[in-house]
Amino acid sequence: MAEFLFEIGLEEIPARMIAGAQAELERRVVALLERERLVAAGVAHRSFSTPRRLAVWVGEVAERQEDAAEEMLGPSAKIAFKDGVATPAAVAFAKKAGVAVEALTTVTTPKGEYLRATSVRAGRGAAEVIAGELPKELAGIYWAKNMYWRAGKPEKFVRPVRWLVALLGSAVVPVEFAGYTASNVTYGHRVLFGASETVLAAPGEYEAQLKAAFVIVDVEARRHTIRKALDHVTRTVEGIRWREDHALVDSLTHLVEWASDASVVLGGFESEYLALPEEVLVTVMRDHQKYFALQDKAGKLAPYFLAVLNTQADAAGLAVIRHGNARVLRARFNDARFFWEFDQRTPLVERVKLLENVTFQKDLGSYAAKSERVRLVCERLGDVVANHGFAVDAVALRDAALLAKTDLTAELVKEFTELQGQVGGLYARAQGLGAQTADAIYDQYRPESMEAAIARTPEGQLLAIADKADTIAGMFGLGLEPTGSKDPFALRRAANGIVKTLAESAVPLKLSEVAAAAGAPEKVAGFFGERLEFYLREARGQAYDVVKAVLAVGSDDVRDAVARAEAVTAVRGSADFAAVSAAFKRMKNILAQAAEKGIAPAASVEAGLLTEPTEQVLAERSAALAGRVGALREAGSYVAALEAIATLRPQVDAFFEAVMVMAPDEAVRANRLALLARVLGDFSGIADFSEIVVAG
Amino acid sequence: MSSNEKKPALTFQELLFTLQRFWADRGCVLQQPYDVEVGAGTMSPDTFLRVLGPKPVRIAYAQPSRRPADGRYGENPNRLFRHTQFQVILKPPPVRIQEMYLESLEAIGIDLREHDIKFEEDNWEWPVGGAWGVGWQVMLDGLEITQFTYFQQCGGMDLDPICGEITYGLERIAGFLQDVDSIYDIVWAVEPDTGRKVTYGEMRLAEEEQFSAYSFDYADVGRLWEHLNSYEAECLALLDKAKGFEGMEALELKRFPVLGAYELALKCSHMFNLLDARGAISVTERVGVMARIRTLVVGVAKAYAAQGEALRTVAA
Repeated sequence: MAEFLFEIGLEEIPARMIAGAQAELERRVVALLERERLVAAGVAHRSFSTPRRLAVWVGEVAERQEDAAEEMLGPSAKIAFKDGVATPAAVAFAKKAGVAVEALTTVTTPKGEYLRATSVRAGRGAAEVIAGELPKELAGIYWAKNMYWRAGKPEKFVRPVRWLVALLGSAVVPVEFAGYTASNVTYGHRVLFGASETVLAAPGEYEAQLKAAFVIVDVEARRHTIRKALDHVTRTVEGIRWREDHALVDSLTHLVEWASDASVVLGGFESEYLALPEEVLVTVMRDHQKYFALQDKAGKLAPYFLAVLNTQADAAGLAVIRHGNARVLRARFNDARFFWEFDQRTPLVERVKLLENVTFQKDLGSYAAKSERVRLVCERLGDVVANHGFAVDAVALRDAALLAKTDLTAELVKEFTELQGQVGGLYARAQGLGAQTADAIYDQYRPESMEAAIARTPEGQLLAIADKADTIAGMFGLGLEPTGSKDPFALRRAANGIVKTLAESAVPLKLSEVAAAAGAPEKVAGFFGERLEFYLREARGQAYDVVKAVLAVGSDDVRDAVARAEAVTAVRGSADFAAVSAAFKRMKNILAQAAEKGIAPAASVEAGLLTEPTEQVLAERSAALAGRVGALREAGSYVAALEAIATLRPQVDAFFEAVMVMAPDEAVRANRLALLARVLGDFSGIADFSEIVVAG
Repeated sequence: MSSNEKKPALTFQELLFTLQRFWADRGCVLQQPYDVEVGAGTMSPDTFLRVLGPKPVRIAYAQPSRRPADGRYGENPNRLFRHTQFQVILKPPPVRIQEMYLESLEAIGIDLREHDIKFEEDNWEWPVGGAWGVGWQVMLDGLEITQFTYFQQCGGMDLDPICGEITYGLERIAGFLQDVDSIYDIVWAVEPDTGRKVTYGEMRLAEEEQFSAYSFDYADVGRLWEHLNSYEAECLALLDKAKGFEGMEALELKRFPVLGAYELALKCSHMFNLLDARGAISVTERVGVMARIRTLVVGVAKAYAAQGEALRTVAA
């Protein structure tokens, strides 16, 4: 048994791809060793990565594969031996199997007696197997974007390969890939250690030897060191904290090979820039410069930034690097301030006409046209919610709809596209428009994802819904609906946003009302239904069958569908409810089978035709219960309504125990079918229970 | 290894000399800037056309790059209508291309041990040229100083061998070396006898002011369209004739002006950029006009490749 280490050295791998590739390489190496019977199941293994390398370590690898016995079937015994002498057929078979003729045995198969050869396949050495198989695994790694670099294009990889290390114990395994043969030589940090070679003594020394060469190969250790360094360096200034940003920590972890307290710099910028909105400053720092923003005790942005370096330096050295970073940030902030001030020369109100020159979509016209449509949709939706007594500031909503897209003409948005909407909201506020209008403009693109917050105000919620609905209606009208994985106009995200807003706000709107207000074609109803299903399952974690059961009854009122789904999930575990669900499914099947045979239920249930006591009891009990369940359902007390339905279990069980629905007497049969239909009809207002999958 | 004593920062022209010398010493032919308007060093035929075909290339040149929409009347300290790229093309890329690049930074006075350098993913593409590559933006203390690309496709054709492209932003690097906050304060040259400093602003500010005004305020939209249409017609006529390489004699083939067609395509591209800066191209039109220019640029690349192929066949 020996430890195994494999490392592939590369030019800088894109940060976003490293974690996935590291996991895939580890999976592939371990699976290969298991497949080749070189490791026991559950063998210890680890993986490592930096921007310039991916590596896998495996704890116990056998020196060789075990020998394996192989059985081969040969010709039939009848033709293999004539008078006890081997025929050419037997000799040929023995030769093929690599055994002596005397070693051949026979075996009885359904087709008769056949020759059998048992040969031993000698296990191969681990090094030979790995050298033979590993290159295929490397070539199979998935990259979101890869490249050729050698003439003749022999292989594609994420970036050019620069070295390979493969060690089994202290011996090199000559794995060949991309023109390199593996050795025991690896390389340290490009700047802190330089170009000198590091000769690895053994797989177990990998981490320590690279640490000595200023490379922290363990990703979690590097992430932890960066976090600690951010904390420590921040403490040098009283009363500030760095703003948590997991995605940024992650991205920087994959951009550096080394981390220490001396590899983070805290820099400052002039307080005058704080006059710019936080959103702009934070976007410049985070998205453009990969800096962390800091805040004071009150949570307000403080005039500092944190940069994570792929090097370390003494105080004087850090001062130089800090100065350079601060200089870049100042230039960026200056740009932003220039755009902000330049944009103020043309207020949003004056930009409305500029939208005529900005195309929304070639067949749907300009953003000016879109704004006018959205204004109309907002007005219609405003009327609908007003009828439900829901208060909306109609004037603020109209202004927001007309001004919502004007920031697309602003220089600041051209520079920082990710801030569209927010910039409009900030400008509206700066230009003295009301808070309702400004906040609605600011929130118009919310929610950007299933995890993001919805708009904060009723006006913002209606504007966000109207804008998305108009886009969906327009694109569907042109036949540009999403297909399969293709959704170039992000219509699914838009519809998800509508559903999420309706689910998580108090806006009293149904999906059909939204579609109608936007003048959406027929097929949008089904699209909205799909998105509601997606929302219930993905955002609310509802089970597939519950979602189906609930949506079978109604999929127009989003909040109601959510409440019904949650109620079904709350009671589905009870034995009574499960039994009643199963019984309802049975009722539905009986009715369906009868319909197939052309047997229809009676128009109504005739008490006189109920011959069996159990069916009389079921008819009375269910009729009495129907009123109560209906009242609870009307009041939205879905859990109580479902619990009430579950109390029907004894009568339902007894009914199926004693009654044959498909009685020979036609009238009795029609009457029983009518009873089942009535029970189903009375109690399926919350969900179609026949869709519920009952365990066992 | 760099010496420990601080040398004064390079002037703008010393920066250019140093990079030219550095890459000439590594086998690059130094070419002069291309004398037709281009938006980037990549668009010079020395890159765009030489990357096609099997022939190895090592070439380097400075390329003034015009981007009319980026003009700021000389008022913005970080943005120019015309900036200067230094372009290095290595086809096929040497194994040590990254190390060579880092050595070039040392050569211009950047001691890597004193700075933070990161290679961040940044894939380059020029859809109009059917060209793309993968690579990095090189960040030096938070400043993007270089676009480093492994060119994969050009004119919609796979490259083999591929090529390494290193594009230095000269103004940015000079500003960094000299630690100035405005491009216009960069020292372009120092008179050795008087010690007088000639600044970037002295050399180029007027140009920035006037060309911004031309692009944004003066250029006649109707005439720009006429120019574009007539350059396009001329280019298309040549491309049409280029379909007949099969039947051409060696001499005619060799003399066929694909390079002239490329120049016309570049003219169209520049007219488009001017119209764009003038705000004369609506988003609707944009896609259509870009498709027209793509037809020219990609058409030229294909014709150039076909001409090279035909000439190799004739020679064999």
